[in-house]
Amino acid sequence: MSDPVLSLDGLTVRLPRGADRSHALSDVSLSIASNEILCVVGESGSGKSMMANAIMRLLPNEVEIEDGRMMFDGHDLCTASPAAMREVRGAGIAMIFQEPMTALNPLRTIGDQIGEMFSIHTRLSKVEINARVIALLDDVRIPDSTAAAKAYPHELSGGQRQRAMIAMALALDPKLLIADEPTTALDVTTQAQILRLIRDLQQRRKTAVLFITHDFGVVAEIADRVVVMQHGVIVEQGAADRVLNDPQHAYTRQLISSVPPLKAPPPRSLSGKDVLSIDRVSKTYRTGGFLGRGARVTEAVKGVSLHLPRGATLGIVGESGSGKSTLARCIVRLIDPDAGSILLDGKDWAKLTPDQVRRETRHIQMVFQDPFASLNPRRKAAELVAQGPIVHGVDRAVAIAEAKRLFELVGLDPSAGDRFPHEFSGGQRQRIGLARALALKPDVLVADEPVSALDVSVQAQVLRLLAELRQQLGLSIVFITHDLRVAAQICDLVAVMKDGAVVEQGTTAEVFGNPQHPYTQALLSAIPGGDFTRKRDSALV
Amino acid sequence: MRILSLAGRRLAASIPTLFLILIGVFLLLQLAPGDTVDALMAQMGGGDAATAHELRKFYGLDLSVPAQLANYLWHLMRLDLGFSSIYGKPVATVILERLPPTILLMTASLSFAFFFGLVFGVIAARGVNRWPDTVISTFGLIFYATPSFWFGLMAIVVFSVYLQWLPPGGFEDIGTVQTGIWRALDIAAHLVLPTLTLGLIFLAVYLRIMRASMLEVLNLEFIRTARAKGLDETHVITRHVLRNALLPMVTLIGLQAGTMLGGSVVVESVFSLPGLGRLAYESVVQRDLNTLLGIVFVSALLVIVVNFVVDLLYARLDPRIAAEGS
Repeated sequence: MSDPVLSLDGLTVRLPRGADRSHALSDVSLSIASNEILCVVGESGSGKSMMANAIMRLLPNEVEIEDGRMMFDGHDLCTASPAAMREVRGAGIAMIFQEPMTALNPLRTIGDQIGEMFSIHTRLSKVEINARVIALLDDVRIPDSTAAAKAYPHELSGGQRQRAMIAMALALDPKLLIADEPTTALDVTTQAQILRLIRDLQQRRKTAVLFITHDFGVVAEIADRVVVMQHGVIVEQGAADRVLNDPQHAYTRQLISSVPPLKAPPPRSLSGKDVLSIDRVSKTYRTGGFLGRGARVTEAVKGVSLHLPRGATLGIVGESGSGKSTLARCIVRLIDPDAGSILLDGKDWAKLTPDQVRRETRHIQMVFQDPFASLNPRRKAAELVAQGPIVHGVDRAVAIAEAKRLFELVGLDPSAGDRFPHEFSGGQRQRIGLARALALKPDVLVADEPVSALDVSVQAQVLRLLAELRQQLGLSIVFITHDLRVAAQICDLVAVMKDGAVVEQGTTAEVFGNPQHPYTQALLSAIPGGDFTRKRDSALV
Repeated sequence: MRILSLAGRRLAASIPTLFLILIGVFLLLQLAPGDTVDALMAQMGGGDAATAHELRKFYGLDLSVPAQLANYLWHLMRLDLGFSSIYGKPVATVILERLPPTILLMTASLSFAFFFGLVFGVIAARGVNRWPDTVISTFGLIFYATPSFWFGLMAIVVFSVYLQWLPPGGFEDIGTVQTGIWRALDIAAHLVLPTLTLGLIFLAVYLRIMRASMLEVLNLEFIRTARAKGLDETHVITRHVLRNALLPMVTLIGLQAGTMLGGSVVVESVFSLPGLGRLAYESVVQRDLNTLLGIVFVSALLVIVVNFVVDLLYARLDPRIAAEGS
């Protein structure tokens, strides 16, 4: 191995008093060579992002480096002066972040923000800087780089913003690039493109990359070497092949095994009767028009027809903007569809009056994506769950008792009902969300990205719970997700949506095993670590 | 151009509001005992019922309330604010004479409050929970909690009576005739204390908003990006934080333009400035309905214009706003 670009030696970072543990990182030692991608893997709270911030010396106020050395370019970054650190940041070590929307200043143009790199660290003239910025944007393959340089962040798509971030980070040819979950917020096809871009640029420029991720699929795609972290401690490190195929530590094994398999579960026999059938449902948004002038029309859902047999799970898969969430909201009548019919148990749900919807809504309930934002923080968990039945006329005491029973059903401690939502973890909150939806004993559950905000191991638990409940209560589920791997695990039927229309539907085994539509094929091939997962799946058989 | 059409629409939307306000004030004043003629008679030292009747007929006050209202609105449509019976001049003339001191006072206090609120807000946010923050926040609270008339009176006692640095009241020195730059300086000297008095309260508000919004922006992710680029703290603030933190401040200016007009009534009375605020107070006392409605009309226009400018400024500061309409 060539000389390391950066080596951490016994790095220990202390958290302020009152945090859930005393140290964010304890005794972390690793090194990155040039022309190497080192992946740091761990679940939320493992300290992996804290490590990135520690290297940049951008730790939050009360958090400090207690011990250890960080050797970069012959200097110890732990003892570097603030001025010396500013020299290193951007020029020596650059960083890209998870959410390119919030990581860029919304009030300044892309070109201006990339150009700032040069104006901080070099003495180039304005004209030279402009030329360099355009060249960089071309380098990260942004279409029409001159226009992109003049654009504001909100005028670009998520993928383009992340490309701009990468262009900014690579502006001064840094020796080390730290990428903190750079593809987590992106769609699967965009994610594949960005991963390929990072790999390309890294190979061309011989940059060392410290790549932080929670997704072993991404690791399989991009890593040369892997470091696995848990609770601020490195539990395992080694070459990517070795760690992926022969994990030594129990935690690594658990993480790898919770990467969802890409194969459909054995098909279950489905009932012949539909509990929910959607026929040519459309929803069009009109915005901005004043007296019909300059109106912008977005066809969010275009003539979608779907069937959900009783007791089955129908997956609706698509990227952001495909109209899947709009469709879900139409189904539960949170928004009104423009045309089409939604037959639930023979009643046309699309034509009910708002008053009838309120009365009938207990037959169809929704679980939301963000378990942090979808629970009222000022109400106790049991009240949140009991609220639905109380509204529908159940006695308060009875409803609260029932809520406690539901807690047990979704795998929570029944006594936890007296606690507030912030006292629960993400996975537990999603269980509360489930209990809330189940409190009304619905026939159909509409789950809108219910596991997207959760760590992989928690994701697996929640999915298992959903499968159990489906069995136990005879639930029919509409499961909306952007993650094909998740859909493969739980759905009997899958519909793939693109630009508001269903492009392909069928049983999960059909769609995933033998995709017909080019878009479905593209989606499947874009799954990070697809080859690795398939290899593992076949080895398991 | 999109912004202009958007703003034009906002202007059109505020016209009904304006009429509602005028009708409301008109009806409210009908509830007050006595009318212009009573006030006039009192000034003349009394008179008989026949004179009063004549006068009422002359000013159109013998008509029914709805008829008077319709009459007024009809005149207003032709931009005729009516005639002030107390001042014996058209209302437009009366208001135009009184407008400059108020506008000067408002602009000066607003600039003062905005500028120093911004500066102190930034200083407080940079030293959050340390002594600069504590000192600035404490003074801010004191300024905010103290009534402005008391500030005005104390300022007169200290700076005019005791130190004799500044004039205690009035808009300009009426003892000598001055022109050009000397007149401007004289007016400026007269306006120092009123500006400070009116501005201090708003300074406190702006300071707190600026501090809070700075702290919020400092926690955003793109600030981390800026630091990761190797920017030093001063440039992080000037290039990335300030403009983002200014957005709520700018909104506040629009919201507080009205409050400021209200505050100027007190300040103009304390410093005996011949401005719109005092005119409003006097016309209420004298039941000079036409003048009062005229003042309401002009104040509302003023607030609408300020908000219009704020909208334009906001769209200029935040490119996301301009995009929303397109």
